Amino acid sequence: MAKTSLIKEFTKGIVKENPVLCLVLGTCPTLAVTTSASNAIGMGVAATAVLVCSNAVISLLRKFIPDKVRIPAYITIIAGFVSVVQMLVKAFAPAINDSLGIYLPLIVVNCIILGRAEMFAGKNPVLPSILDGLGMGVGFTAALLCMGIIREFLGSGSLFGVQLMPVQILIFILPPGGFFVFGMLIMLANKLNSRAGKKVKTSPCDGCPISENCSTKTCEKTVKEAAANAD
Amino acid sequence: MEQKLHVSSSPHFKGNNSTRRIMLDVIIALCPAAIAACVIFGLRSLVLIAICVATCVLLEYVSRKIMKRDATIGDLSAVVTGLLLALNLPVDINPLIAMFGCLIAIVVVKQMFGGIGMNFVNPALAARIVLLVSFPSAMMHWAPALGAPAAAAIDATTSATPLVAEAGTYSYIDLLLGRCGGSIGEVCAVVLILGGIYLVIRKVISPIIPCVYLATAALMSLIVGLDPLYQLLSGGVLLGAIFMATDYTTSPVTKWGKVIFAVGCGFFTIMLRQFSNMPEGVSFSILLMNILVPLIERATVPRTLGYIKKKKGEQK
Repeated sequence: MAKTSLIKEFTKGIVKENPVLCLVLGTCPTLAVTTSASNAIGMGVAATAVLVCSNAVISLLRKFIPDKVRIPAYITIIAGFVSVVQMLVKAFAPAINDSLGIYLPLIVVNCIILGRAEMFAGKNPVLPSILDGLGMGVGFTAALLCMGIIREFLGSGSLFGVQLMPVQILIFILPPGGFFVFGMLIMLANKLNSRAGKKVKTSPCDGCPISENCSTKTCEKTVKEAAANAD
Repeated sequence: MEQKLHVSSSPHFKGNNSTRRIMLDVIIALCPAAIAACVIFGLRSLVLIAICVATCVLLEYVSRKIMKRDATIGDLSAVVTGLLLALNLPVDINPLIAMFGCLIAIVVVKQMFGGIGMNFVNPALAARIVLLVSFPSAMMHWAPALGAPAAAAIDATTSATPLVAEAGTYSYIDLLLGRCGGSIGEVCAVVLILGGIYLVIRKVISPIIPCVYLATAALMSLIVGLDPLYQLLSGGVLLGAIFMATDYTTSPVTKWGKVIFAVGCGFFTIMLRQFSNMPEGVSFSILLMNILVPLIERATVPRTLGYIKKKKGEQK
């Protein structure tokens, strides 16, 4: 029982609760860096590394961090890991550092990472948190890679820098093409999720602007009760 | 004995206006421009028009079929879209690029949003802009027109559109008759005006949008120090004002809404021509105003008959 739920923590991030395509988090890096497939992988791997590490540490410290200052505390932890990752990328993959530019340090404010810290790592033990981070990271990377491949292939006629097509439809590497491909992928993900007969399950408090200060959490409770009744 | 009293539900009088009838009128109004294109650029332009129209109709049929909706090719709107798109392309464009434009216009802009009457921007215009952004060199490669002034055609294969040509290259007569470079449908001003007059007489379009558009554009050119007549006759202003901006789906229904819409189009056209790095601003300005149409309509809702405006501060 425990084993299956651990696997579930990992797999839910890939399709069912894909952070980009179903939760629509982290849209900014998704649109900005997916002009090529290699950029997308670089961004995905960097964000996954930060996500796994920060989830682990936040989960470890969840009983020591006072509730009132948890957001600054989470951000500090995340920023620490982002600095580490940035230095590593600069040292070992300077080309990716150049092409990602400002978006690499901006992982600090990537809402997937803070979102997972707030929604999951702050409430759960270490192992599930790590798996959750890993699953979300893989889902993020997969979504970015899909977008990167489509946009690079159509927009520059190449894949991972190898020229394949003589024709280039420039709009796909420009922002409008990014939004278009993003919309198409969201449509596809919704189609897949609805075909499997599963609804995208998210807590009603996710993304609610007052959820941080909301003491009653009535929305969550009513949904849980409804789910319990349905079961 | 025959009944003398017929009981039937309304409407008791029906006009013979139908989508098909309106679209047919637009096609008729565009015919002079298409013929002029053939005269100016040769039969190649007829081939381009045929390709665009055929692709648009085919794509409309196929996409409706895939989406399991009723076939709507009978209303001729796809023909109009194809024709307008073709008239917005340079004559020597690769047919595959033109077909890609048709795909954008019909499938992405029109059918994905629910078909005729549901599109939020003009399909032909959106397709033109997608092509312009995607293939800038192919889309700005203007073949020389028949009888263009020699100064414009020094380079044997390309000639400048009047908007980037040196001042004095083209006279007003050249612009009126289409002796200049440009998209196949936009060069000859006379036939576009003829088509516009036909549409107004047939009451297919109201003259508010084209007239206000052109007046605003002329005024703006005066303000920024351009020759107003030259600006109106060159580039796509006439094609845009008469055939693009007056699209039913993407222009306001209220009278004052139409005025605001047209003023915006004219303003942005000249601003983009003068201050952006693109030579032409018609498509972008109309597209921008298309997106603003819901807001414009909300702001200009006419007063309901019998409704009395409440005074400020009055309760209930």
